[in-house]
Amino acid sequence: MSEDGHHTNYVKIWAILVGLLVISVVGPMAEIRWLTLVTAFGIACVKAYLVAVKFMHISEMPKFVTYIVTTTLVFMLLFFAAVAPDVMNDTGSNWEKPTWVAGTENDWVTAGMEPHGEAAGGDHGEDQGAAHGGSH
Amino acid sequence: MRPIANTRSASGMPTGLLAVWWVVGSEIVIFGGLLASYIMGRLTHDAWAVQSAHTNTWIGATNTLVLLTSSLTAVLAHQAAEAGDGKLAAKRLYMTVGGACAFVLIKSYEWYTEISHGFTITASPFWSFYYTAAGIHALHVIGGGIIMLIVAHKAKQNLELHRVELIGIYWHFVDLVWIFLFPLLYIAK
Repeated sequence: MSEDGHHTNYVKIWAILVGLLVISVVGPMAEIRWLTLVTAFGIACVKAYLVAVKFMHISEMPKFVTYIVTTTLVFMLLFFAAVAPDVMNDTGSNWEKPTWVAGTENDWVTAGMEPHGEAAGGDHGEDQGAAHGGSH
Repeated sequence: MRPIANTRSASGMPTGLLAVWWVVGSEIVIFGGLLASYIMGRLTHDAWAVQSAHTNTWIGATNTLVLLTSSLTAVLAHQAAEAGDGKLAAKRLYMTVGGACAFVLIKSYEWYTEISHGFTITASPFWSFYYTAAGIHALHVIGGGIIMLIVAHKAKQNLELHRVELIGIYWHFVDLVWIFLFPLLYIAK
């Protein structure tokens, strides 16, 4: 921790993080898709930045620490970019994904599971239809 | 005699600190790969959204609050260690361990409820990812809590105070992973 770090008001940073948490929970309640994306994932990025900079003090570390972290993030994106075109399609020019991999067959409906959580009315209710999602 | 991990360094920073950042880098790849796979499945299958509607947002939000608060006590422990106050650092680390225990207890209750309603790890691909991602994260919380107890025990005797920062960085990373797991598993429905 640098000299500057000693003067950081950590409680204030924590309060901001809690405020952002509240927004990320309340925002999606409006059920507007773009607002959900911004409040859930945009705010997650802001919270992650605050934790990394203010709590982990990554900006006070030697530059190569940032390079290490950035490199691993880039590898993750490369993985996604390389794999997603196959994983996210059911067919290609010379292949067709088996139904069990494609998710077009699912034992969810036949499993006879009870729904719970918010889909069932908040607190583990009985909305059986909500549980029968099926993967189609 | 000071440990070699804290003195011998070609990088301009204590080797122990460098090692923790390498751990963080490795963990980004582990959790990143897992979350990237989840996102692919989530975007491909609409049914995952239906199934994710059964996760309890309020329990997830409570656990987020618990982890954010434990991150605060961890960084305050680091601040106390920097000031040479080992006893205060240990006290704040114990508070952080308390946060870890609260997180695991809440998670246990949540899983118990879900499993008792039939949402097991084999119920569907969504629940497989849910239990795998949250389970690996919970193992990190438990592991971090145990290491923190060891560090706090030494810190109480004003020994190895540099370790307070090291376990703190790890703990903040565990918090960081949850910051992304929370919207993915509990918010995007």
